[in-house]
Amino acid sequence: MSSVAQKKGFGATLWDWLTTVDHKKIGILYFLGGGFFFVLGGIEAMMIRYQLYKPNNDFVSAGLFNDLITMHGTTMIFLAAMPILFGFMNAIVPLQIGARDVAFPFINSLGFWMFFFGGLFLNISWLYGEVPDAGWTSYASLSLASEGHGIDFYAIGLQIAGGGTLMAGINFLVTIINMRAPGMTYMRMPLFTWTTFVASAMILFAFPPLTIGLFFLTFDRMFGGNFFNHEMGGNTIIWEHIFWIFGHPEVYILILPAFGIFSEIFSIFSRKRLFGYPSMVFATVLIGFLGFMVWAHHMFTVGLGPTANAIFAVATMAIAVPTGVKIFNWLLTMWGGSIKVTTPMLYALGFIPSFVMGGVTGVMQGAAPLDYQLHDSYFIVAHFHYVIVGGVVLAILAATHLYWPKMFGTMLNETLGKVTFWFFFIGFHMTFLIQHWLGFWGMPRRVWTYMDGQGWNFANLISSIGALLMAIGVIVLVYNAIMTSIKNVKVANDPWGDGRTLEWAIESPPIYYNFAATPLVRGLDTVWIEKMEGNETGLTPAEPIKDIHMPNGSIIPFLMTLGLFIAGFGAMFRTEAAWGLPVLIFGLLWTFVSMAVRSLQDDTGYYIKKDEILRDLKRKGGQN
Amino acid sequence: MMKGLKKWRLFSLLAVLTVFLAGCGQEELSTLLPAGQVGRDQFNLLLLSSGIMLLVIIVVVAIYLIALVRFRRSKLGEDHIPEQVEGSHKLELVWTIIPILLILLLAVPTVYYTYKLGDVSAMGAVDDDGNAENLVVDVTAKLYWWEFEYPDLGIVTAQELVVPMDEKVYFNLIAADVKHSFWIPAVGGKLDTNVENVNKFYLVFEKDSKNLKDGVFYGKCAELCGPSHALMDFKVKTMPRPEFDNWVAAMQASDENQVVANPAGEEVFQQSCIGCHATSGVGETGAVGPNLATFGDRNRVAGFMEHTKEDLIDWIKYPQTHKPGNKMPGFADQLSDSELDALAEYLMGLSVEK
Repeated sequence: MSSVAQKKGFGATLWDWLTTVDHKKIGILYFLGGGFFFVLGGIEAMMIRYQLYKPNNDFVSAGLFNDLITMHGTTMIFLAAMPILFGFMNAIVPLQIGARDVAFPFINSLGFWMFFFGGLFLNISWLYGEVPDAGWTSYASLSLASEGHGIDFYAIGLQIAGGGTLMAGINFLVTIINMRAPGMTYMRMPLFTWTTFVASAMILFAFPPLTIGLFFLTFDRMFGGNFFNHEMGGNTIIWEHIFWIFGHPEVYILILPAFGIFSEIFSIFSRKRLFGYPSMVFATVLIGFLGFMVWAHHMFTVGLGPTANAIFAVATMAIAVPTGVKIFNWLLTMWGGSIKVTTPMLYALGFIPSFVMGGVTGVMQGAAPLDYQLHDSYFIVAHFHYVIVGGVVLAILAATHLYWPKMFGTMLNETLGKVTFWFFFIGFHMTFLIQHWLGFWGMPRRVWTYMDGQGWNFANLISSIGALLMAIGVIVLVYNAIMTSIKNVKVANDPWGDGRTLEWAIESPPIYYNFAATPLVRGLDTVWIEKMEGNETGLTPAEPIKDIHMPNGSIIPFLMTLGLFIAGFGAMFRTEAAWGLPVLIFGLLWTFVSMAVRSLQDDTGYYIKKDEILRDLKRKGGQN
Repeated sequence: MMKGLKKWRLFSLLAVLTVFLAGCGQEELSTLLPAGQVGRDQFNLLLLSSGIMLLVIIVVVAIYLIALVRFRRSKLGEDHIPEQVEGSHKLELVWTIIPILLILLLAVPTVYYTYKLGDVSAMGAVDDDGNAENLVVDVTAKLYWWEFEYPDLGIVTAQELVVPMDEKVYFNLIAADVKHSFWIPAVGGKLDTNVENVNKFYLVFEKDSKNLKDGVFYGKCAELCGPSHALMDFKVKTMPRPEFDNWVAAMQASDENQVVANPAGEEVFQQSCIGCHATSGVGETGAVGPNLATFGDRNRVAGFMEHTKEDLIDWIKYPQTHKPGNKMPGFADQLSDSELDALAEYLMGLSVEK
């Protein structure tokens, strides 16, 4: 930690990571945890594409295939894309607004552990042998009919992970509202911070419906709740509404931070201020708002009637307008700039055409009568992969390269980075472009096999080869990360050379209290402004150096989550094993006791003395 | 060596050609070759929206490429500091208004067709004699097969929908167990079969299925419904109205005029199968297993297997292997080979068309 690099044993290091409340370390934990699940979801994807590369393949059975698609979707959305984005938010947003940590460091840690244990719980289903198999949407009639504990793993696992997400969202909201440095007005916030802010607000409103829906599902399956059992007066359509009232905003919760990341990249590597910043902010907020108004476009074929379908169709199309504004603003940011094609920029350049294609197919499906044909066909599979892979995953890969130095202090190899990009990019388009046509040709989604003679063979083969290319790209990236970490060549504050925001004016990785003195923000792209005016450090302090108040680390978040994890198993086996109920009670008690300890304990944190900060500064040569 | 190379060339040429020709998919199940008014309306909407969207893509990619070529740092020099433009109200207004106009262009036909395709007001219409004016088919989706009842005609069939051409056919859709979705890609979009309520829509069939590859259109289940979701296919036979009337009459008479191709097979059927399957087309929906009155006329066994005696016997013996999770028990242990043979012959003989 502090000024002197200390050699620590494995145990001490482990303890440090288990108890950390430092946003930078939690960012890394999110990144690594999400990365692990990303690889897991990727392996599931590869198995899916291997099964479908030819007709009548019997590589996996019908049941296992449904397990794979369910876990692929659930893992990629909840356990890979969101946590990795949370990783970047944690690592970068406090730095961008000139804060020393998030508003609630303890809750930040709790949020991470809940995500991680929730994901673990969900994936233990593979070891147990009864895996969720009703699709990531888990539509009620099928999820109630599903035998075994698969859906219970889904409901309880997501409940735990979802709780963590909600906490993280609230935390970022409070952080961004309250912890901005002097001068960092809302309209000076970097776009990544803005998108994090809006995405967090969306989490606040979108996750409670999911929580309730999952509770209903759990009650139905475990206590005979009959919320969705139509024979007892329940209604399965209610689940679809609840799920999509969460599920559609969820898509924007993923894509908005991705937009933020690309906004940073376009600006940095075009060496130019983001074009039309106010309209970018406005578009972000508008997308966030409209994101809640369109959920029923996932349900055009449910039979809601022409009036509902027409209203939701037009509302859906309206989202194209603010999204279009964003695209053109990015193009105009490049226009007249000085474009340097680094690896992150390469991803951003790949993102524009990919995402535009995903966006326009979305508008096509917004046309309700056309959606009657496209819904639940391979066209929709192509569409949402264009949006999520072409948007979110490209952003994640771009940010991995962009922020790697800020998170780990070393620089990923640029050549290997570009190799990754080309494999991934070409593979991505090969996999999913042709799937639009598979949908036109009548191939439904979520089919575990298909008969010969329907004209789908060749397209499926191409798609599977594309998936292989994507996998190669990811393998190169993992190799790159490992080699970079082994070589461990440290880099300076701003390794890209054109950083514009506060995170690029401090060390890579930043010292644990981030800023020796809270910076003064004098405008949008404050570091750029300072540098242009000849201030080489890029920072103007807003206060003299003084003692810094810091939070203590704590093992309690880990323990609280462990209790929920144990209780989850108790709940699941309550009816069939004698140990079920006691374990459920034990787990919950464990959590409550941990909470009580936290509440009763008087932990007021500690102070870093001014002398120590000055010592650190001296060691760094007087700079921040 | 040369010969092999030539062959390879020919092969790749053929492959490219196949891809090109396959661009529209196959007539019996492609949405790009619509075989009725509903599918054609949707296809027109596809053309319109694709056109607008292609325009958007072209504009974006053009600006993108020009920017990328013109403003490279390698061209401008490492020290070049671009002007820090804040934005342009005029430009931003342009790219807000033009998309709104494009969206309106798409929204108007969308709303129009949504109401047009959702109009089932004529469904219950009766003429002066109290007879239904339009054909109504009640579809019940079950784990993994489809039941089609014609309530006004007093007949029921399964797995193969038979409909007259060139008129609106109205459908009542419901699922008996879990949610499914009823989709005939070449004829029109899908509608879900929910478990708790009846969904209604109409389709128009304008192409005679006789001229198709297998003599039928392909129907699909489009909602994940369990392990055998992928195998929950059905087929659709379309025919001119007089032919359809003949078929209805034959169905209505199938109770009396049963063809018995193999009496021993019939005996086996009476003992082992009749509990779940009917062989008369007269009746209502609600059977445990598919109605078999038209089995001999069908195109597939169990919706997706070859319509041969061998496949049929294999199906009766091991239905769970072929279609995991369906409700039919296997008869490999109950029935001897000779019994199965007789049964298969009997089933293949069940026909109303011959």
